[in-house]
Amino acid sequence: MRRTFSMGGVHPCDCKISADSAIEIFPLPQRMYISMSQHLGAPAKPLVQKGDKVKAGQLIGASAGFISANIHSSVSGTVAAVEPYADLAGNPVMHVVVDVEGDEWEESIDRTSDVVREIKLGPAEIIKRIADCGIVGMGGASFPTHVKLSPPPGKKAEFLIINGAECEPYLTSDYRLMVEYPEEVLLGARIMMKALGVTKGYIGIEDNKPAAIEAMRRLTASSYTEIKVVPLKKKYPQGGEKQLIDAVTGRKVPSMGLPIDTGVVVQNVGTSYAVYEAVQKNKPLFEGVMTITGQCLGGQHNFLVRTGTTFDRILEYVGGVPQTAAKIISGGPMMGKAVSNLSAATVKSSSSLLLLTEEQTRRRAEGECIRCGKCVEACPMGLEPYLLNKLSRAGRMEDLEEHKVYDCIECGCCMFTCPAYIPLLDYIRTGKADVMRIMRSRPKK
Amino acid sequence: MRKLIVSPAPHVHGSESTRKIMLDVIIALAPSMLVAVYFFGLSAIQLLLVSVLVCVGLEYLIQKYLFRRQPTVSDLSAVVTGVLLALNLPPSAPWWVAVIGGVVAIGITKMTFGGLGHNIFNPALVGRVFLLVSFPVIMTDWTVPESIFRPGVDAVSGATPLAIVKEGLAQGQTVEQILAANPDLSYGQMLFARAGGSAGEASALALIIGFIYLLVRKVIRPHIPVTIILTVALMSGIFWLINPEQYTDPLFNILTGGLLLGSIFMATDYVTSPMAPKGMIIYGIGIGVLTVLIRYFGSYPEGVSFAILIMNSIVPLLNKYIKPARFGKEVKHA
Repeated sequence: MRRTFSMGGVHPCDCKISADSAIEIFPLPQRMYISMSQHLGAPAKPLVQKGDKVKAGQLIGASAGFISANIHSSVSGTVAAVEPYADLAGNPVMHVVVDVEGDEWEESIDRTSDVVREIKLGPAEIIKRIADCGIVGMGGASFPTHVKLSPPPGKKAEFLIINGAECEPYLTSDYRLMVEYPEEVLLGARIMMKALGVTKGYIGIEDNKPAAIEAMRRLTASSYTEIKVVPLKKKYPQGGEKQLIDAVTGRKVPSMGLPIDTGVVVQNVGTSYAVYEAVQKNKPLFEGVMTITGQCLGGQHNFLVRTGTTFDRILEYVGGVPQTAAKIISGGPMMGKAVSNLSAATVKSSSSLLLLTEEQTRRRAEGECIRCGKCVEACPMGLEPYLLNKLSRAGRMEDLEEHKVYDCIECGCCMFTCPAYIPLLDYIRTGKADVMRIMRSRPKK
Repeated sequence: MRKLIVSPAPHVHGSESTRKIMLDVIIALAPSMLVAVYFFGLSAIQLLLVSVLVCVGLEYLIQKYLFRRQPTVSDLSAVVTGVLLALNLPPSAPWWVAVIGGVVAIGITKMTFGGLGHNIFNPALVGRVFLLVSFPVIMTDWTVPESIFRPGVDAVSGATPLAIVKEGLAQGQTVEQILAANPDLSYGQMLFARAGGSAGEASALALIIGFIYLLVRKVIRPHIPVTIILTVALMSGIFWLINPEQYTDPLFNILTGGLLLGSIFMATDYVTSPMAPKGMIIYGIGIGVLTVLIRYFGSYPEGVSFAILIMNSIVPLLNKYIKPARFGKEVKHA
């Protein structure tokens, strides 16, 4: 029996239709819009002005706090503006706009494709390099990686888990990395294990990706024996941190707790690759693999895209937005964000653009709750979505807290499975945000 | 710029819908309906038709003219109620009994509380119990009309197996003597087909086929039916071991009366059963215990309907106090 997480979960169509498209290098656009807020936490402070010349890999935004991250230019050229620019939801965010000229990189970056195996840096230097290079979690939350690799005092990591689940339907960027650059991903893991001072690592991969499991197994059998490949039975949301830890180790992160409370640090495959490049190649994070997919698109692609490329440009390159496309999603269909502004630009953790037709994404009229309990069965956190929905609509904050709305990971399983098409997560999400605000505002004991 | 749909995640939905679930329940009831039609012919067809028409029609009229809402009868929930009500009636019942049952089921039990999802009691069961109390003669007369498909066979007249046993015990006979005097009560006949009882009780096998279909299609979880059947087996087993002369054996209790029909199709009604697995098990145990107590010690020969309705009434409490297992038990305060 393949391992998987212990409770809840759903089985959406895998739809990995771009799985066989090898990673292509996306051509450089003429203009880049590089956001100063590509991570969880404080936006970076812009370090350049209009008219400045920049190179790819040059620091242009400085980390502005403990939970923040450096931003580097992804191209060479001239800074055209430093101004607010609308992000994918249309909200103004400080951006550095660069007119692209040539493709000159900082000299310190190793641009060769040679695999550098020897890890020269020590733990503290590794963490400093990761922070300097602006590495953030590529799995979606964009949490600064160096913070995650520095457990708080009193907490000790026992092992590292590399998240290769890629449980979101459609997405194949992690899969392509695992198939095309397995050794780089494992070296990234080895580097992070050194930084954490742990000797044991796992890489969890869902069993719908046999080629990735095979590629990783080949390497872990011979040279990377400290890392164990764990094939996982396909189930969404396996890539959720708490679910992945449960699936791989059987340990349960406590309610309100962090993965480190179980002695585990989880990092995504894309992050591992970025860590390898930062530490071994001295390359800051300014590009990443993105899946451009959807049944309504003529071709399926996995592109290596520089950070700051506009969605417009990418969609134009693949032949424009088809007439039948009704919704464009940045991320996967279960947790991704709907794009309302196509002139917005990619950020470090942009993993995909998914185009869905109206038929695929249409919300149907909400019916009456028939109390079937399917949402309770589907919830991977053991919550009662039908109840949280009602409490949230009624504004009953104490009851929401009592029923642990704060444990909701917003995976969307409840809403996906609801036969009455009740938009459960819409309401639970707002109720959760309110409860969290109330909890934070309480005086600390 | 072209218009795009923008809404929060998730952006896709699974294939489930209320209508599909209800359709699956109807499909699961098809074997029992076919058996009923085979044995009871036109009268079964008539009861099914009248019952479904009254249930669907009444729901439509109430939604349209009283609630002043778009009717939602296309969700097929009223059809399920209609079929279940018909299968809970004696096949010989006149058509107007189904009309009254449908009015009580839909008009009073379901729509008074606000319609689908809001009723406390199972509509078809309330309909049946109302009829049982109001028309005891009709509702316990299990005279079987001559089947149109088997014209040569004499009309079978008789009581339900449970009623035969209860009557026999009241006359001082032992279970063994009763069963010996009624060769019709063999397990084989009860499993495959026995024309004594309500239309849906005729064949245990047809009900079990429906149960398997519901499980395979993941419409219901096994918790409730399995708990009820195990509880009945265990409890009747204890009584039977103590005194086999007075009490029927476990298998007899499982195969007779409405136990299978009730536990598979009525007790698992989403609206009136608990949400969490632990709640389902408590609910199932309650139904099993009450069923055996009513059968052995009550004045009615059969107790499944009452047992389910009594347990329906505590479902809100079970949902309130019996919570599903949460992920990561201990709460860590920041």
